[in-house]
Amino acid sequence: MTAPLERTRVRWDYSPAPESADHVRLRDAYGVFVGGEFADPRSGTSAPTVNPATEEPLAEIAVAGAEDIAHAVSTARAAQEKWAALPALERGKYLFRIARLMQERARELAVVETMDGGKPIRESRDIDIPLAAAHFFHYAGWADKLSYGLAGRDARPLGVVVQIVPWNFPLLMAAWKLAPALACGNAAILKPAETTPLTALLLAEICQEAELPPGVVSILPGDRATGAALVRAEGIDKVAFTGSTAVGKDIQAALAGTDVELTLELGGKSANIIFEDAAIDQAVEGIVQGIFFNQGHVCCAGSRLLVQESVAEAVEAKLWERMQKLRLGDPLDKNTDVGAVNSGEQLERIETLVAAGEEEGAVRRTVSCELPERGHWFAPTMFTEVSPVHRIAVEEIFGPVVSLLTFRTQAEAIEKANNSKYGLAAGIWTDKGGKAFEVAAALQAGVVWQNTYNHFDPTAAFGGYKESGFGREGGAAGLRPYVRVR
Amino acid sequence: MRTVRRLPHVDRVAVEERASTLAKRSIKAEAKLQGIRLAVSMLDLTTLEGADTPGKVRQLAAKAVCPAPTRPEIPSCAAVCIYPALVGVARDAVAGTGVQVASVSTAFPSGQSSLGVRLEETREAVAAGADEIDMVISRQAYLAGDDARVVEEIAQVKDACGEAHLKVILETAELPSYDHVRHASMLAMDAGADFIKTSTGKAKLGATPGVVLVMLEALRDYTQRTGRVVGMKPAGGVSTSKQALHMLVLVKETLGEDWLTPERFRIGASSVLNDLLMQYEKAQSDRYGRAEDFSKE
Repeated sequence: MTAPLERTRVRWDYSPAPESADHVRLRDAYGVFVGGEFADPRSGTSAPTVNPATEEPLAEIAVAGAEDIAHAVSTARAAQEKWAALPALERGKYLFRIARLMQERARELAVVETMDGGKPIRESRDIDIPLAAAHFFHYAGWADKLSYGLAGRDARPLGVVVQIVPWNFPLLMAAWKLAPALACGNAAILKPAETTPLTALLLAEICQEAELPPGVVSILPGDRATGAALVRAEGIDKVAFTGSTAVGKDIQAALAGTDVELTLELGGKSANIIFEDAAIDQAVEGIVQGIFFNQGHVCCAGSRLLVQESVAEAVEAKLWERMQKLRLGDPLDKNTDVGAVNSGEQLERIETLVAAGEEEGAVRRTVSCELPERGHWFAPTMFTEVSPVHRIAVEEIFGPVVSLLTFRTQAEAIEKANNSKYGLAAGIWTDKGGKAFEVAAALQAGVVWQNTYNHFDPTAAFGGYKESGFGREGGAAGLRPYVRVR
Repeated sequence: MRTVRRLPHVDRVAVEERASTLAKRSIKAEAKLQGIRLAVSMLDLTTLEGADTPGKVRQLAAKAVCPAPTRPEIPSCAAVCIYPALVGVARDAVAGTGVQVASVSTAFPSGQSSLGVRLEETREAVAAGADEIDMVISRQAYLAGDDARVVEEIAQVKDACGEAHLKVILETAELPSYDHVRHASMLAMDAGADFIKTSTGKAKLGATPGVVLVMLEALRDYTQRTGRVVGMKPAGGVSTSKQALHMLVLVKETLGEDWLTPERFRIGASSVLNDLLMQYEKAQSDRYGRAEDFSKE
C-alpha cells in the first residue's frame, strides 16, 4: 500500500464579500415629502440618521412638526377625493408602477436598508425588498376587485389614513401599510421610524418617478413626538400603527371616543413548539430562523421555545452547535447571518432583560464571537432552565435571545403557548399532520406556521390576538381595515 | 414477519431551503483559491465506462497525480476511481504518489448479483491493490424492506475489504424520500461503512444539495453518538466549481472544519476538475481560459 493521505489541514474561511455601496446616491439631507415634493420642514427641526454598524451618520433627516402635519393632512384630503374618483383600474396601474420601480431599484434599496438598519444584506436583498415589491404587486391586483375581496359588498375608502411603521422592517412595513390603503382609494401619511427613515424617503422618490398624483402619499419623518402629534391630528380618518404595545395603548387611549378608526400590530412573545416527532434538524433550523432572523428584531419572533421534554436535550445540544455557525459582523457582507442591533437604546433593552434572566436563575449561554469595535452588537444567546415565571419568558426582548422551556404533553404545550398576554404568531413542528391542525386550532395566535417559521407572503393575513393588536394586514383580509363596507 | 421499518423524520421543504441558503455563500478572492485547491485534493477522479482501457486509466492517473503542472500549489487528487478489472493498471500508475486507488465493486452500479459474486469481486479488487472499495447497497433488499439483509451484506463486504476503506453507495436517486436517505445512511454506518456515498453516477440524479445535507446531518449525529468518524462522498452531478464549493460550504457549516480534509470528505467526479482549474486561472488572471487550455485525460 502507498502511504496514507498526508495533507496539511487548513482552516477554510470565507473572505470578506461586502456588497458594494458605490451605486448608492444618498442626499445629504432629506426634508418632509408632502404634495409630491420634498421640502424643508415648516415647524420641525432635523436629526441625523446613523448606521448602527458603524455609528456614522448617513444623512440629515427632517423631524416634522405640527405645521407639517397640518399641511400634510390638508394636502392629503384634497388629493384623496380625486384619487378615489379615479377608475379603480387606474389606481391599480400606479401601484404596479411603484412595484416595478421598486424592483428596478432593488439593489439600492437593499443596500440602504442594511446601512440604515443594520440587518444583513442577505435578508434585505432576498426578503425585505422583494416582499415589499410583492405587496405592491398583490394590492395592485386588488384595486379593481375590491367587492370580490369583501364578499360582494360595496367598499368605500376611509379618506386620509395615518400610518406609523417600525424600524425593524422599514420598507416592508411601509409597503404593508401603503399598498392596501392606496388600492382602496385612501390617501396616506406615513411616518417612518426615527432610526430608519431612508428607504421610506427613497420610496417617496419612487412615488415621484411613478407620477403618483401629488398628495396621495406623504412621508413625514420624525421622532416619537411627531408620531404622537400625528395620531392626534385634526381631520384624519384612520390610524394604522405597527410598533410597541406601550405606544399602541397610548394611541388607543388618545383615539378613544373619536371616530378615527384604528388598527394596531404590536409586540409578541411567540411560542415555537417542537414536538418529539418533529424533523429535529429542520426544527433546529426553524428555531434559528425564528429567533435570529433580523437579530430577533421581529414582532413575531419565536422567542419562547417550547420543546417536548423527551427531545429537549437533543434540541438544546443541536441548537447550541448550530448557533456557533452563525456569522455575526458587517451587515453589508453577503455571508453575514446576524447583523447589528438597530440602536443603542435597543441594545440597552436587550442587555437589561438578559441580565434579568440571569438574576432570576435561568442559565445563559452566549456564542463567543468577536464583536466589531464600533456599532451596536449582541451575540446570539440561549437561555435554558427557563420557567414561565421568568421575565425572559414573558416580556418581549426583541433581540437575538431565545428562551427554552419544556413541556410534557400536547395539552400542556397548548396551555403554555397561550399563557401570554400576547398572541401574534406561533410555530408547530411535527411530522403528524393531524396533530398540527389540532394544535393550530387551539392556539391564540394570528399566524401559525407549521414546520417553518418567519415566512411571509402578501396573500396571507397577518395580525394579532390579545395585546399583540387587532386588524389584519396582507391578503384580502388586509383590505378590510382600509374601507367602509356598505 | 419482519419488523416494520421505522423511518426518521426529515422535512423535505426545510432541507432544500437550508441547502439553497448555503448555496448563496459568497466565495471570493483567497477563499475561492483555497476552496478550489481543497476541492481538488478531495477529488476521486473517476472513469467508469465500458470503454475504459489501460491507456485511458493511465492518463487519468497522471492527471490525478499532477492536475496542473504549471501550478505547483495545486495538490494531487485524493484518488482515482475505476472498475475492478483496471485496479492493477491504476495501482502501477499512481505508485508512490499518495494518490489512492478506489475501485467500485459489488456488481456496480446495480448490485444485482449474488452475494458470493459481489464478495469475490471485492476480494479480487483488494488483492489487485485497491486502497478503497466503493460498494452499492442492495436496493433490491432495501426497497423490499429487508434492512437486516442490507446491513448483513455491508458487514460482509467490509470483512472482504480487509485493510481497504469501504465507501457505501446508497444510490439516493432510487430511494423514495429524504427519510429513507437518512435511514439508509444510518444502516450503512451501523454496518461499518468508512464513508457513505450518494450515488453511482449512473442514475438520473446524483448528489443533489438536499441529499448531501441530509447525509451530512446523519453522519454528524452518528459520529457524535458513537465517537466513530465516518466520511462522506457526494458523487454524480458535481460538474462545476460552484457546485463543488457549495459542497464544501455544506460540510463546513454542518460538520465544521474538521471534515474539510480528504480523509473525511471526497467528491466523486471527473469533468469538474478542469472547471476547477479554469476557475483557478480565472481568479488569478481575471480572464477566462479556453477549454482547450486544459488537458483532457
